[in-house]
Amino acid sequence: MAGNLFYFLAAITLLCALGVVVVKNPVYSVLFLILTFFSLSGHYVLLNAQFLAIVNLIVYAGAIMVLFLFVIMFLNLNKETEPAKGSLLKMAAAVAGGMLLVVIVGTLKSANVGSYDASTFNSQVGMVGNLGLVLFRDFLLPFELASILFLVAMVGAVLLGKREIGDRNF
Amino acid sequence: MQQVPEVIQTIPLNYYVFLSAALFIIGIVGVLLRRNALIIFMSVELMLNAVNLLFIAFSSYRSDPAGQIFVFFIMAVAAAEVAVGLAIIVMIYRNTRSVDVNILNKLKW
Repeated sequence: MAGNLFYFLAAITLLCALGVVVVKNPVYSVLFLILTFFSLSGHYVLLNAQFLAIVNLIVYAGAIMVLFLFVIMFLNLNKETEPAKGSLLKMAAAVAGGMLLVVIVGTLKSANVGSYDASTFNSQVGMVGNLGLVLFRDFLLPFELASILFLVAMVGAVLLGKREIGDRNF
Repeated sequence: MQQVPEVIQTIPLNYYVFLSAALFIIGIVGVLLRRNALIIFMSVELMLNAVNLLFIAFSSYRSDPAGQIFVFFIMAVAAAEVAVGLAIIVMIYRNTRSVDVNILNKLKW
């Protein structure tokens, strides 16, 4: 049952990711990306990482995708205005990606990544309480540094987005 | 001993490695294939999510919370990156009236 669910979610993930890359209209690309994020959240729930599944939905499918959609609507890009690359270049890109996939899969096929250990397995690892304990005990400094990063990003985004004097309107 | 989730019992960890490898490659092909700066940006997000999936899979199979904390930080950095990156794209559009990356090909040299 859960195995079938994994294959189903994996198929949805890969198809929607392909849709992001292949579809011409940027709005449809964003919608496919949202579907990809939802299916990834499904994967996280299956892996018993409930906290990250919810955070993924809030941060990616919520905040980041709204930003993308906002910019696309703002710049009025919801039509196929993109000049296509030449077919030779497209083929080269597809071949290069395919080769890389072959190399990675070939390398990792025989790798021994191990499996779960039933005697020491802890199913509570992905819950909020457990992760919060680890986050605020062992990773407190990175957590505080992330807030500085957000401050810098906020200042940078406002500075970049501001129209300067003498800029033309659009 | 606690109950092991069914998907961890039935699906080998290898499958998650292959799934995230495929997702990562799709992101790379998107960066190589498209000329719209926004779609290139979305492909980068796909690559980030492939790494997140791998982190969470390993962390769940090994019962190690550090991997999930890493994913938490990756998401924080990705949110900051998207805010700044989209501001840059809006800036590019304001100056060139286009989001085609080929217009910026002087950045190559």
